[in-house]
Amino acid sequence: MSRTTTAPATATDARPAVAARVVGLRKFYGRGDAVVAALDGISIDFVAGEFTAVMGPSGSGKSTLMHCMAALDTASAGDVFLGDQRLAGLGDKQLTLLRRDKIGFVFQAYNLVPTLTAQENIELPLSIAGRKPDPEWFDTVIDTVGMRDRLRHRPNELSGGQQQRVACARALVSRPQIVFADEPTGNLDSASGAEVLGFLRRSVDDHDQTIVMVTHDPIAAGYTDRVVFLADGVVVDELREPTADAVLEKMKVLSAQAVAGTAAGA
Amino acid sequence: MRKVTWRNLVARKIRLALSAFAIVLGVAFVAGSFIFTDALGGAFNGIIKGTTADVEVAPKNAGDFASFGQDARTIPANVVDKLAALPGAADAQGTVEVQGVYVISEQDKLVGGNGPPGLAFDYDDTTAITGKRILTLQRGQLPRGDAQVALDEATAGKAGYQIGDEVTLVTPGKNPTMQAQLTGIVKFGSEGGLVGATLTIFDEQALQGMFFEGDDVYTSISLTTADGVSQQELTDAANKVLPKGVVAETGDAVAKKNEDAIGEALGFINKFLLIFAGVSMVVGTFLIINTFSILVAQRSRELALLRALGASRRQVNRAVLTEALVVGMLGSLLGIGVGYLLAIGLKALFGAIGLDLAGADLPIQPRTVVVSLVVGLLVTLLAAYLPARRASRIAPVAAMRDEVAMPESTVRRRLVIGSGLVFLGIASMVVGFIGEGGAGLSLTGAGMLGVLVGVSLMSPVVGRPVIVGLGALYRRAFGTVGVLAKENSLRNPRRTAATASALMIGLTLVALMSILGASAKKSTDQAIDESLTAELIVSNAIAQDFSPQIAEQIRSVDGVASVAQFRQAGPEVGGEQVYVGATDPTALASALKLPMDVGGLSALDDSAVLVSSNTAKSKGYEVGDQVAMKFPKMTEKLTVAGVYPSGGALFTDYLVTLDAMETGGYAPRDSLLYITKEPRVSESQVRAGIDAVLEGNPTVTLKNQKEFADEQKQQINQLLAIVYALLGLAVVIAVLGIVNTLALSVIERTREVGLLRAVGVTRRQLRRMVRLESVAIAVLGAVLGVILGVAFGIALQRALADQGIDVLSVPWVQLAIFVLVSALVGVLAAVLPAMRAAKLDVLRAITTE
Ligand SMILES: Nc1ncnc2c1ncn2[C@@H]1O[C@H](COP(=O)(O)OP(=O)(O)OP(=O)(O)O)[C@@H](O)[C@H]1O
Ligand SMILES: [Mg+2]
Repeated sequence: MSRTTTAPATATDARPAVAARVVGLRKFYGRGDAVVAALDGISIDFVAGEFTAVMGPSGSGKSTLMHCMAALDTASAGDVFLGDQRLAGLGDKQLTLLRRDKIGFVFQAYNLVPTLTAQENIELPLSIAGRKPDPEWFDTVIDTVGMRDRLRHRPNELSGGQQQRVACARALVSRPQIVFADEPTGNLDSASGAEVLGFLRRSVDDHDQTIVMVTHDPIAAGYTDRVVFLADGVVVDELREPTADAVLEKMKVLSAQAVAGTAAGA
Repeated sequence: MRKVTWRNLVARKIRLALSAFAIVLGVAFVAGSFIFTDALGGAFNGIIKGTTADVEVAPKNAGDFASFGQDARTIPANVVDKLAALPGAADAQGTVEVQGVYVISEQDKLVGGNGPPGLAFDYDDTTAITGKRILTLQRGQLPRGDAQVALDEATAGKAGYQIGDEVTLVTPGKNPTMQAQLTGIVKFGSEGGLVGATLTIFDEQALQGMFFEGDDVYTSISLTTADGVSQQELTDAANKVLPKGVVAETGDAVAKKNEDAIGEALGFINKFLLIFAGVSMVVGTFLIINTFSILVAQRSRELALLRALGASRRQVNRAVLTEALVVGMLGSLLGIGVGYLLAIGLKALFGAIGLDLAGADLPIQPRTVVVSLVVGLLVTLLAAYLPARRASRIAPVAAMRDEVAMPESTVRRRLVIGSGLVFLGIASMVVGFIGEGGAGLSLTGAGMLGVLVGVSLMSPVVGRPVIVGLGALYRRAFGTVGVLAKENSLRNPRRTAATASALMIGLTLVALMSILGASAKKSTDQAIDESLTAELIVSNAIAQDFSPQIAEQIRSVDGVASVAQFRQAGPEVGGEQVYVGATDPTALASALKLPMDVGGLSALDDSAVLVSSNTAKSKGYEVGDQVAMKFPKMTEKLTVAGVYPSGGALFTDYLVTLDAMETGGYAPRDSLLYITKEPRVSESQVRAGIDAVLEGNPTVTLKNQKEFADEQKQQINQLLAIVYALLGLAVVIAVLGIVNTLALSVIERTREVGLLRAVGVTRRQLRRMVRLESVAIAVLGAVLGVILGVAFGIALQRALADQGIDVLSVPWVQLAIFVLVSALVGVLAAVLPAMRAAKLDVLRAITTE
């Protein structure tokens, strides 16, 4: 199956549907002289049904971008759209409901509620919304993450990779419009990381899920459809149909440019 | 290491402040009790010193009987002349003193009353051992003749009388109510302040006429020493010339004796307050243990790191204990301050019920400070010891791990120790029930404490079903939020249990008291129902006996068939004071149905005595035995003529005739009249007639059976209200404990809270989650408390069955309300922690370490 079966069949025009879009997004931290622009004017579209990686050096604003898009943080300037919904101006309650119903999120660590079993964790966003999971979809998700025999276990009885897969299942089970994952494999060894990435890939391929994932790992980026490179809060480049080698090559070029830029600036 | 300790104190100031608050409240209770009773003691001692002359002459042991029943003995006037003639005496003044004289205000209200005595004296200018005059005329004239009086400033002020006004008085003498003209204002003692007592000054002959049939007699004589003569010398000289049965004592000795007697009575108040302070302290201990356990658990990583860096176990242990010491010290010092405020409050409260302490100051004696500090520090250190020991057991490698599990003693060990304590506690209670007096009571108390602590230890296990049951309810009603709340209360069973235990202790006592109260009320109802045949009752409204003239006047009311007078006094049998009632057996027989165990009421004559079944049992009396009863004037030999059941309508230990008691030397004062009407007239008719007799005398009230029962139940309610109020503080501390535990748990679960918010839990749902956890803790405490309270209550009722609480009544509705209110309290306790949880910034929460 192709990696780019993205355009929804229903769309009459050729333009692919946009799952999320940021326009001129800026995010400042601090005040006065100490102000830091974590995001310095980013405009980018995330097409529905696409698996996108966001890469860049430490401190380049990747997490900040995820947080702003996932309605966990507010932008200082510019706009964030989830589908047609503009986030600016929404109150805490609406943002919470948006997160609950439209967004999935996977963190680098500490993703699960320790008092709940794997199954309860997976169902959490649905059950707090007072909804029952679609049993068929639930089964599909469970089988995709391969956690069927571990559903009754609590997080502290699962390995890091298993926990992360449960977290992915939770992010997917409510069929969110978009899933954000901030270094989901950052804490995992390569085998466990591959499990998680394979799972994310399948959910894009088989179920048209839209996923945006932050990573430092070129191999992880190789699983995606598109890589966006950030540096100092702006998009500096992007790569389609990436392979690990291509990504590594691009990273080398970019960091050389950055060094040159700093040297020139000095 | 010290730096780490100090930083911790500063960084966790809110959490520590909350646990310090528990110490503050407990210590405040202790300090307040001492300060207040010292103030009371000081006020009374001031009065005693200010009113005792160099040498006091009175009938032998007069003071011993004065507390209970009016001593009727007197000293002939010629003794005064003999004493005045002594070379060592500068002055000798006879005094006529009568108690039970009350002033009725302009608004027809009784002044003072309900505790403080209504004193009546004649005026003289004797000097007290303080060197100041006992009585000083401040304004106006001294009273002359039968129809004039002087009052003390405060009484006149409260009653709203000016010099020249007609004053209404109630007396226990020939004229139950009388009118007199106010001629002057006097000052009593050196400092002013009569602690709420009222003082009426009469002309000497007027008093003798009213209370001693006009005989020229005195109740006591005050001597002043001549220059260079010691109190002892004059006392010895006086004792040589005094008639038999009258003795002189040095002023210092009399003052000391009276101060000791007051001290004993105040010691009782102090002990009573300290018991509740103790309850608060025990509850506070739970709170402190919990706070320190949680703080240590939260810092376990850091402590492990310290260990990994080379800190010894002992250093870690000491670091935690030092923190406790600082908290305990601050808490105790603050507690003393708050205790002072509490004492001011108590002073105001007692002032409101008649014990006027306006003039008294509140001394903070070194003893108060020392006891408060020792108690505060000891409790804190004791409570912090276990967490500190656990902290020192954290393995250094724990620093490397993600989640550090605190080393916890096994549940099994807790169960074993807990059930052992429960067993010992029950045993101690049983022994206490069998035992008598103070020792029995302390054993019972210690036993209850044992059971409470034992159940607290076991509560992580015992309480689980309650939480699980509640959890099922939560799941139904609140879905996932309910499940989360239930899981949160179960994830740390020890913490939940300790927090709930604090509330459990408070509620156990509240439930226990409510059962005893309900049982006492029901017993009262039943006793009155079953045995009272008299339609109407006249009783005193102010715990002061009244004039027998009232009975006389009521007898002549149309429609009254009989009036049974009932009196009470405290003579001695076998060296200890006993509770004796006196009545006219024939009249009483028509007022009460008295199911005698042995013998009959009719067998009671002037040389006989009836005893209660308890007294018969404890003293081994049988019909025909001789009882030597030591009255003020003489010891009477009485023959046991029957045994009546304890705890019924007759509440005294012994019953004698009116004549026996009067001959013994008690002034005739009634405390209760049982009135039986003639069948031909209606109750309301008789009532109207009696009302006319009692008109203008607010010291006595007329009631029918139902009102009489209500009045007694009202007294029980009042007592209950006081006890509830005092227990309230323990409950407040327990609630603070819930607030503290929840707040700490929320902080501990910051990341989890962030995660929940990130996946779409709304603020409202989050608040509800915290609230439900709080309610779970509160309900657990309440349910355990009510169960224990019911068990204790039933046991105590059984133990007190022969003390008048012979019917068990468990107020289930009220107990259910306690549980509901506790749930509500849980909601309240969660307000702040829930707000805090909801306010957490999502991003900040997920990124916190
Ligand atoms: N709460 C904050 N307060 C102040 N500055 C912040 C805050 N959060 C992020 N920053 C700054 O914003 C910039 C971007 O941070 P961000 O976390 O987005 O980087 P990142 O690309 O995710 O880095 P990494 O790869 O290390 O996770 C950094 O310079 C960081 O110091
Ligand atoms: Mg990041």
